[in-house]
Amino acid sequence: MSDVNLAEDIQADRSKMHVSDTDVAIEITGMNKWYGDFHVLRDINLKVMRGERIVICGPSGSGKSTMIRCINRLEEHQKGRIVVDGIELTSDLKKIDEIRREVGMCFQHFNLFPHLTILENCTLAPIWVRKMPKKQAEEIAMHYLERVKIPEQANKYPGQLSGGQQQRVAIARSLCMNPKVMLFDEPTSALDPEMIKEVLDVMIGLAEEGMTMLCVTHEMGFARKVANRVIFMDQGQIVEQNEPEPFFTNPQHERTKLFLSQILNH
Amino acid sequence: MSETNFAFVATSDKPQLPAPKGTTGAIGWVRENLFSSPMNTFLTLLSLFVVYSTVPGLVNWAFVNSVWNANSLDECRALTENGACWGVVRERYHQFLFGFYPSELYWRPILAFALLFVALVPALWDGMPKRGLALMGSMTFPFVAFWLIWGGFGLEPVSSTQLGGLLLTMIIGVSGISFSLPIGIVLALSRSSNLPIVKSLAVIFIEFIRGVPLITLLFVAHVLLNYFLPKGVNFDIVLRVVIMVTLFASAYMAEVIRGGLAALPKGQYEAADALGLGYWQSMRLIILPQALKISIPGIVNTFIGLFKDTTLVLIIGLMDPLGLVAPTLADQRWNGIVVELYAFIAFMFFIFCFAMSRYSMYLERKLHTGHR
Repeated sequence: MSDVNLAEDIQADRSKMHVSDTDVAIEITGMNKWYGDFHVLRDINLKVMRGERIVICGPSGSGKSTMIRCINRLEEHQKGRIVVDGIELTSDLKKIDEIRREVGMCFQHFNLFPHLTILENCTLAPIWVRKMPKKQAEEIAMHYLERVKIPEQANKYPGQLSGGQQQRVAIARSLCMNPKVMLFDEPTSALDPEMIKEVLDVMIGLAEEGMTMLCVTHEMGFARKVANRVIFMDQGQIVEQNEPEPFFTNPQHERTKLFLSQILNH
Repeated sequence: MSETNFAFVATSDKPQLPAPKGTTGAIGWVRENLFSSPMNTFLTLLSLFVVYSTVPGLVNWAFVNSVWNANSLDECRALTENGACWGVVRERYHQFLFGFYPSELYWRPILAFALLFVALVPALWDGMPKRGLALMGSMTFPFVAFWLIWGGFGLEPVSSTQLGGLLLTMIIGVSGISFSLPIGIVLALSRSSNLPIVKSLAVIFIEFIRGVPLITLLFVAHVLLNYFLPKGVNFDIVLRVVIMVTLFASAYMAEVIRGGLAALPKGQYEAADALGLGYWQSMRLIILPQALKISIPGIVNTFIGLFKDTTLVLIIGLMDPLGLVAPTLADQRWNGIVVELYAFIAFMFFIFCFAMSRYSMYLERKLHTGHR
C-alpha cells in the first residue's frame, strides 16, 4: 500500500505523549446499535484515558465509523452507556450539546461550510456556541490556522483550497472549540498521497500536545508511530486490541491476521 | 540503441507558447460558437434568417408606422395601415396603472411605489452600511404603503373597489412575494423535520394547496370565506386575495426550498451538529444559506409565476390590467383594438419579471464561492 510507505517517513516523538492513569475521557460499556434489524455494533466496551491516541481499523462495514459517531451522537445507540468527560449521553438534548462542545470531529470529506470563508468556518462555533466575542474568536482561529500552517488562506473559500488544506482547516475548526477529545473519521481517505502527510503531520502535532484522539484510519505508519493502542473491529465487534508493536508483529485473532496481511503485503 | 529503449529524462522546461491565432479573441469566439460545425453553421444562418424576417416587421409595426396621436381606432387606421395604434395607451395608461383610483390622489400610490424601492435597497444590497437599522426601516414599509394607498388617519380613504391596474398587481404581487418566502421556508423545514405532527401538518397543507387550482382558492376568498368567518367579521377583498395568493405561492415555495435542503450533502448537517450548533443555529447559519442559494432559480420561478398569476383576480371581478381590457373595449371609439392593449400589458409585466430574473442571476453569481 503506497500510503503505508509514505507514512514511513513521518516523525513522531512518543516521549511527549502522556497518558493519564486516573482521568477517564470516554467510557463505553455494553453499547449496542441496530439499523432496523441489522445489529451493527455488538456489545462494545471501551475505556479511553485522557491523552490516549487510539487507532481503530477494520474492513469496511465493520462498524468503526459508526462507533466513533456514537460518541458525539451523530448516531444513536440503543443499548448500553456512553460517558464522555463525565457526562452520560442520553436523548437529553442539553447533554448532547454539552458533549458535542467538548468533542471535536473531522470527517473523511472535510465538510467545511462552502459558503463561509476559512476564517468564518473557524469562528462560527466559538461565536455562536461559546458566545465568544468576534474579535477574540478570530484571534483564536488565526492561532490555530497558523498551527495547521495555512494562515494565509484565511479569507479564501473552502472551494479554493486543496483537499489537504481543507482537511487541515477542518482540524483547525474543531480545535477552535478547544475540545477535550478529537474524533477522526478516515481523515486521509479522500486525499491524494502527497497531501496525506501534511494532514498526518498536524495530527501528530496534536498527539504530542497530549490531545485525546480516536482515529478511524488505515494509515498503519501513523498507527505505529503515534497510537498507544490499536483496535481491530470486524462485524460490529471489537475483535482485538493491543499496543501497536505487538498488534502489527504478532496479531492473535485469525481475522486480524487476514486483515493485516491484506493491507500490508502488496 | 534498441527500439524498446524508452528511458527519457527531461533536460529543460518546454517554453510556454501563446495560443494559436484564431482560437482566442473575437474571431476565435465566432468560430467556436457560431461556425464550429456544418450543423452549427446551418443553425447560425437559420437564426439570422428568422431574425431578419421578423424583427424589421415588428419594428415597423411598433415604432416606424405606429400612431400615438389619435382619439379613436378609426382615426388611427386612417393615418396608418399596418402600424400599432398606441393612441389608446396614451389616452388610458393611467387606468392601466391605477385602475379607478381618484386621479387627484395619484401621488399616493406613486409615493408608495417609490418607497418600495427605498425599502428594497437594504433587502437586496447586503453591502449597505448600517444594513440592520435600514432593514428595520424596511419593515415599516407595508404599514406606510397600506396607509398611503387605502388612506385613513388623516388621508382621504380610498376603497378597495377603486384599486386596479398595475397598482393592484403590485399590491398582490409584492405582498405575495414577501410573505410566501418566509412561510415557504417554515413549511419546508417542517416537512423535513423529524417531528411527526409538525411534518404531517406541513404535508397536508402543501399537498392540499398544491392540489387545488388558484382560481378555486380565489373563489373561496371571494365567496366562501364569508361562510367560514364568524358573523360580522368581514375583511377586505384585496386582503383576502393577498392571503390566498400568498398561501398558494408558499406551498410551491416550500417544495422548491425542500429540494434545496435535500440537495445539501448530509455532511453539512453532521458538521454543524458535531460543532455543537443547535437546530435553529445550524439552519440559519449553515443549512438555509446554502439551500436557498441552490434554490434561487426555483424561488425566482415561483415569484415570477406568482406575479403573473395575479392576473387571475379578474375572474372574481378585480380590475387588474387584464381586467381593464374589457372596459376599454366597451368604449365605442376603441372597440376592436386588442393587440396594442395586450402588448402594452405584456410589456409592463415583462419589465418586472425580467428585473427579477436579472437580480436572481446577479445573486447567483455573487453567492458562487467555488466548488464545495
